[in-house]
Amino acid sequence: MSTTPTPHNKIVIRLDNVTRVYKVGVERIRALDGIDLELCQNEYVAVMGPSGSGKSTLMNLLGCLDRCTSGIYELDGYDTTRLGAGGLAHIRNTRIGFVFQSFELMGRSSALKNVEMPLIYSRDGWWSRHKRARQMLERVGLGDRVKHRPNQLSGGEKQRVAIARALVCNPSILLADEPTGNLDSKTSEDILALFDQLHAEGQTIVLVTHEESVARHAKRVIRMMDGRIFTDLSSEEDQARRAAMAEHFGEVSK
Amino acid sequence: MKAVLGIPLAFLKLFYQSVYLALGQIWANKARSILTTTGIVIGVASVTSVIAALTGLKANVLSNFESLGTNKIFISPHWPREGRFKNASWRLIRFRPEVFEGLRDRCPSIDDYTLMTERSEAVHYGVHNIDSARVYGINPSWHRIENRSVIMGRPFTLMDEENGWQVCLITPKVRDELRMDRNCIGKRIVVGRRSFTIVGVVEQRVESSMFGGMGSSQEVFIPFPTAWKLWGPWTWMYAIASCRKPELSAEAQAELRFFLRRARRLGPGDPDTFRLEVIEEYLRQFNTVAQTTTAIAGGVVGISLLVGGIGIMNIMLVSVSERTREIGLRKAVGARPSAILFQFLVESVVLCLFGGLIGAGFGQMLTGLIAKIPNASLDKAYIPLWALGLSFGFAAATGVFFGMFPAIKAARLDPIEALRHE
Repeated sequence: MSTTPTPHNKIVIRLDNVTRVYKVGVERIRALDGIDLELCQNEYVAVMGPSGSGKSTLMNLLGCLDRCTSGIYELDGYDTTRLGAGGLAHIRNTRIGFVFQSFELMGRSSALKNVEMPLIYSRDGWWSRHKRARQMLERVGLGDRVKHRPNQLSGGEKQRVAIARALVCNPSILLADEPTGNLDSKTSEDILALFDQLHAEGQTIVLVTHEESVARHAKRVIRMMDGRIFTDLSSEEDQARRAAMAEHFGEVSK
Repeated sequence: MKAVLGIPLAFLKLFYQSVYLALGQIWANKARSILTTTGIVIGVASVTSVIAALTGLKANVLSNFESLGTNKIFISPHWPREGRFKNASWRLIRFRPEVFEGLRDRCPSIDDYTLMTERSEAVHYGVHNIDSARVYGINPSWHRIENRSVIMGRPFTLMDEENGWQVCLITPKVRDELRMDRNCIGKRIVVGRRSFTIVGVVEQRVESSMFGGMGSSQEVFIPFPTAWKLWGPWTWMYAIASCRKPELSAEAQAELRFFLRRARRLGPGDPDTFRLEVIEEYLRQFNTVAQTTTAIAGGVVGISLLVGGIGIMNIMLVSVSERTREIGLRKAVGARPSAILFQFLVESVVLCLFGGLIGAGFGQMLTGLIAKIPNASLDKAYIPLWALGLSFGFAAATGVFFGMFPAIKAARLDPIEALRHE
């Protein structure tokens, strides 16, 4: 069965019956309840769902910020469930790039310094950090904003800096949590176009969003409900299904 | 090879990384950093300057001691605290010149000795007089033992002693007080109703501010036999011996003790009826006292370093809580807990060392000021290297100690919680 994986079917993420249980007082909340998921290289996935559906928990888990209560999470074939805090930090540093809704840039530092930050903590990026950060800023179209501070940048530019920072360590997967949540629709489109471009260049992307318009850019849409995967369809199938449901319930889709 | 080098290299990198981040943070918060470190600045400045002042005081006292001579042994009569001589009459305790006969032969470690006696007398020359000058009876060997030579005229000789001549030596101070000519040799002055011929002028004693009170500089010297004859056998008499080398002091004392016990016919059970005193012993005692004083004063002032440390801890805690999101972000992009811990720890240590550096500078300035205080005999004040090292080490230790708690707090933050922090 073992075939050498070609770039397009190599499995990056494998979740096997993953659960995550929070204890709140005496109550036990199953934020994730038996998730099975496989993600291949160069996939572009949108995770959707109402609040409380467990999508944030899933993102934290995929980003190795959190640990599952039971089940197995493999990233690039490494079982992450047995790693300690240091090991998880190393995984986050080398294999995962985060983009946040509120950018999370350091206000006192220039765009370049912000992008350099992950390289400070990497094993071998220290000496080449200026060069790599500059290259990455050029790649996201901010080659002329290197010395600017976040308060001198627009919202879209800030998010581009954040994306450059997420990509500077060449991660296996780019995790974006509502990347356009704080942006107007025009800027959102620019950022999403950037995501499309990165996807075209071979980057694996997972993004969490509320907005259908954002999800439409993805090639695969995962909808969650009560800690479980509700539907996991390709973008076209998902659209078709939504249209059918809208017709059935007489809703007007946005 | 790579595996062997891996751990120290990783540590070195962690260190370099932390220093880089900490310096960046301190530079970004210049005003706050300076305010925070003020406590340490004051602490280090006060510790170093207090130690400098005490060191200066000590150096001054020591040089005063040395001007008295370190290889001298003072021999004086002394009532023992117990034994049959406890309440003995002065007749048995006092010294007589005969006691010291043969001392040079019996005590090989002794270089020389002089018999001494002294009292205050009025001195007249014409209409001028000094109410109370210190008059000493001395042997010729006194010049060598006290290291005070004659700057004019001649010193005492054996002739003066043998003949019991009424000759005297005076200090320039006495000459000036009595309004005599510069060349006063051959003039006659009245010392305690007797007339003495001045044969020489002896150089002034080395002015020591500490022991200035021990004797005025208005000194008149007469031959010991003359003094003994004039003042009678009941007068207070003592002796000063010098040993050949300072290292021989203990042997010289043992020899003297043996000699004097024999001369005074003390039995094996009898305590000494005399006392041998050495400057060195005082020196040792003084050194102990000085060290204790320095340690106590340094320690008390060191409390201000502690206060500074608490200031550092306070600011570091504030810094951790206001940078919670940043810590969350750093963790999210792959900072290990150890890297966060080190970053904050190094930040507080660097702050403290920075404060220590400025404090040392201030301490140096303060020391300069202290040294200029008039009449305080602190002109030798300086910051010894060990005090500098100690206060620096203490500042760094303060940084580690008081930075540890905030740093651990930062390192333990949950990245998800931290990123959600408002």
